[in-house]
Amino acid sequence: MTKLNTFEQAVETYEPVLGLETHIELDTNTKMFCGCATAFGAEPNTQVCPVCLALPGALPVANRAAVEATIKIGLALNCRIAEWTRFARKNYFYPDMPKNFQTSQYEEPLCEDGHVEVLVEGKTYRIEIERVHLEEDTGKTLHVGGATGRIHGATESLVDYNRAGIPLVEIVTRPVPGTGALAPEVARAYTAELRDIVRSLGVSDVRMEQGSLRCDVNLSLNRPGEPWGTRTETKNVNSLRSVERAVRYEVRRQSALLDAGERILQETRHFHEATGETSPGRSKEEATDYRYFPEPDLAVMEPSREWVEELRAGLPELPRKRRERLQAAWSLGDKEMQSVVNADAVGLIEATVEAGAGAAGAVKWWLGELSRRANEAGEELTGLAISPEQVAQLQGMVDDGRLNDKLARQVIDGVLAGEGDPADVAAKRGLEVVSDTGALEAAVDEAISANPAVADKIRGGTHAAAGVLIGAVMKATKGQADAGTVRQIILDKLK
Amino acid sequence: MSADRTIDQTAAHIAEAIREGRTTAVSVTRAFLDRIDAVDGTIRAFLHVDHEGALATAREVDEAIARGEELGPLAGVPIAVKDVVVTKGLPTTAASKILEGWIPPYDATIVERIKAARMPILGKTNMDEFAMGSSTEYSAFGATRNPWDTGRIPGGSGGGSAAAVAAKMAPLAIGTDTGGSIRQPGAVTGTFGGKPTYGSNSRYGLIAFSSSLDTPGPVARNALDAAMLHEVISGHDPRDSTSIDAPVPQVAAAARTGGSGDLAGVKLGVVKEFAEGAEAAEPGVVAAYEAAVEQLVKLGAEITEVSCPSFTYALPTYYLIAPSEASSNLARYDGVRYGLRAGDDGRHSLEEVMSLTREAGFGPEVKRRIILGTYALSAGYVDAFYGKAQLVRTLIKQDFEKAFEQVDALISPTTPFTAFAFGERTGDPYQMYLADLYTIPTNLYGGPAVSVPVGLSEGMPVGLQVMGPVMGDDITYRVAAAYETTQDTLLADTAPEIEKG
Amino acid sequence: MSTISREEVAHLARLARLEVTDDELDAFAGQLDVILESMKTLAEVNTDGVQPTSHAVPLVNVFREDRPQPSLPRDAVLAGGPDTAEDRFRVPRILDEEA
Ligand SMILES: [Mg+2]
Ligand SMILES: [Zn+2]
Repeated sequence: MTKLNTFEQAVETYEPVLGLETHIELDTNTKMFCGCATAFGAEPNTQVCPVCLALPGALPVANRAAVEATIKIGLALNCRIAEWTRFARKNYFYPDMPKNFQTSQYEEPLCEDGHVEVLVEGKTYRIEIERVHLEEDTGKTLHVGGATGRIHGATESLVDYNRAGIPLVEIVTRPVPGTGALAPEVARAYTAELRDIVRSLGVSDVRMEQGSLRCDVNLSLNRPGEPWGTRTETKNVNSLRSVERAVRYEVRRQSALLDAGERILQETRHFHEATGETSPGRSKEEATDYRYFPEPDLAVMEPSREWVEELRAGLPELPRKRRERLQAAWSLGDKEMQSVVNADAVGLIEATVEAGAGAAGAVKWWLGELSRRANEAGEELTGLAISPEQVAQLQGMVDDGRLNDKLARQVIDGVLAGEGDPADVAAKRGLEVVSDTGALEAAVDEAISANPAVADKIRGGTHAAAGVLIGAVMKATKGQADAGTVRQIILDKLK
Repeated sequence: MSADRTIDQTAAHIAEAIREGRTTAVSVTRAFLDRIDAVDGTIRAFLHVDHEGALATAREVDEAIARGEELGPLAGVPIAVKDVVVTKGLPTTAASKILEGWIPPYDATIVERIKAARMPILGKTNMDEFAMGSSTEYSAFGATRNPWDTGRIPGGSGGGSAAAVAAKMAPLAIGTDTGGSIRQPGAVTGTFGGKPTYGSNSRYGLIAFSSSLDTPGPVARNALDAAMLHEVISGHDPRDSTSIDAPVPQVAAAARTGGSGDLAGVKLGVVKEFAEGAEAAEPGVVAAYEAAVEQLVKLGAEITEVSCPSFTYALPTYYLIAPSEASSNLARYDGVRYGLRAGDDGRHSLEEVMSLTREAGFGPEVKRRIILGTYALSAGYVDAFYGKAQLVRTLIKQDFEKAFEQVDALISPTTPFTAFAFGERTGDPYQMYLADLYTIPTNLYGGPAVSVPVGLSEGMPVGLQVMGPVMGDDITYRVAAAYETTQDTLLADTAPEIEKG
Repeated sequence: MSTISREEVAHLARLARLEVTDDELDAFAGQLDVILESMKTLAEVNTDGVQPTSHAVPLVNVFREDRPQPSLPRDAVLAGGPDTAEDRFRVPRILDEEA
């Protein structure tokens, strides 16, 4: 394997072209074509029936709610809703696909020609949506006997069909050129925006960690002015961070190959969470002759304009509008709001404010200390083991003077370690600010007598020197004093 | 032959006798089970006989009658079900090794309706594997024999259902018709076969061959019996997206109307293009057909020639659509969830096990059609093949619609030739396909058609096909029933006695 | 002489997951011409401006409401399986992901 280029080297020479295919599991009550329930985590093979197990003779009937959800997604993505659309069979053999064809859509998707705008580093990128179509999910396969539970090296596999037939919406972008060095961030921002839009519609819980939103990342490189290169398709990239990493890695890998005069293979690749690398899957030539044809077991769909307009009228506030509203409510500048969005903290901050915290405090915790923790842990902010309610409680304790920032950080340690709510952690760890002024005055007296020269300066009007005494008091109280209160006592005493 | 035997009675008579207490459902069911025991060793119409289940249902009927309950018009009348229809708890194989031993955990909608009508299910009948064939020779479990001549085929794919009724092992049976699989076996065994309007009978639980063509329907001894069964099984089913949500045509009433023997004012069309292609047809078949037409004229029918130029394309259209859909429908038989698994010896990957399973489980005709369909759908061909066929289908449909502006129904021989000898046409698939020459256009159109026995050609039965407009099933039954009034006995009653096997 | 080669038939058999024998390859290669002839015959038909037909009565917007129905009991689900383990369907090792 050729040595990878650095990302910076790569984007100096080549222009990346992105393409994103996103699969979103709808959270309808029942599956796409049968009445089986869709609960996540049910006992294996307990949510299957003749239809989704593809027993001989069984037939599909389309779920109206899934069609409506898809139209809503299409509308939210500014798509045209088809006046005539139908399902098609995508034929290929795979054990987690009971019929050995996927009921999907081919030339006539439900929604076409939309767009989304995302803002990255002050610049707006318009991502064109080619199509949004409705299909069904596959079952889940457990690989047994291999070292890692992966398919390679496994001696056998076990299949559970609970997920088979859950409605799946596929959203495909047109190729996205012109993102340059920001390709990874744009890919991430698009995915986050899509997720937020779908979540706002209430049609999916879009939980990447549970696989209800899954990304395939397409990427090619070309030299400026030259035609687009051959693309690779990295499958199942399942967190925002991984989307960014997958793009970054493919840019580095492909550029090294191109530098070495090698050809990029059009292939499917797998993303490895642990290393951030991609590796080749089965090559395209073997895999794809899907023999699509119109599904004869299902009727065509002709969504009436009245129906579509009714759905449009019922759309909730979309993320972009919501962000504008929240930015004003929180009195944030454009840059600050952008940081909030980039950190994927809009919802967290909103919930924190709803739980009673001031906006400034909520923004400060999520963008500052908590973002730092998430980074250290290699996690998403939403993945941290602290809830908006807990952050609001923490900020409340700071506002009440029961915690200072330093103590609050220690309380966060405890919350993240699973020791309970901030109040519990503070109590258990003894992390309350010393508010007993008697005790503080004694500590101040001690500090004054230990530092007579400093005390004289302050008496002489050099109030800045108080810092030394404050430091001493804080040390003596193990940080559990409120610095403002200590300062006031010192100044009062040395008037 | 004694007409006193229960097994010689029509379903309508049997039902009446049970209702009126002149016999019991149990004794009727026993009589047919005894007949199966006596002659099915020779005919081999059944793949599975359910003595206990059939008798249990019969007993329930008798108890219900004793309690004075109001029952459906065919309560207590036994029935045989083609093995392509899924029956809960009863083996269902579609006559394929790949499903040998499979016991379905659910009932087809039409089976639910048969059960709700309190009809004892005698068993599952033989057929060409996955309904692909016109002779029942492609059953993985051995061919069914024609009760008229056990050296000949009983037609197909529903040869088992037709032979069971012809041999009086069942008064009624369920068939399925994709290109003629109810009508053609009916014609060559001297029984009555009805293919209802596509979508008027649920396909839920009917093992799919060609989804846009498959239609379940009745097999019987005469038009009225078939119409009564038709009414039991038909009607909208929300589990089948292609099911028509509209009132079912009153076919039993139409059969009774036809029973008056009056066809005055009824316009019947003969298809010019069928007549032109008549060289394919056996002279004896043509003669029997023409004699039947004369009878219809005597009953008052007016005969007109109509032109349906696109019918010429029916066979090629069918051979692009049916295998394409079949190749996809049969992909699910892979040895993972049910049925046969072959080659799982620790040395083969799943991909290999799937291929070995399908190679071992499917017979030659099924494999052939899977390959044909895979080819027709594979890269770059779908528009030229399947897509084009769907367009030509529209032209065929328009021909029918134009014809029905001029006439009430179309008539033709059901098949160009009578039952042929075993092995006579298996060597050349095209010779086999000719059996469906006159039946296939209706499947492409989706309309109803019946085959009614009209006589013999060199000792073997000949059928008359009556085709109607979509959802106009009633006219087909009326014409067929009227024809029946011109005959002294049902053709089935003139069949030679079967040697007990 | 058939127009479709044995190699093409072998490819189709792979797509269709059929481990066909050499004899079958030869037989099918010859019989595939039925499809080609059908195609040729239909190619002559003028279908300009014709809409496709898939069903007897054109059916539009056939939906079910999003209300759960009982699934099969798990025993019934697994009963048909040639090989099951841990309440799942066991299959031999899979070569690699596809699609
Ligand atoms: Mg997809
Ligand atoms: Zn289900």
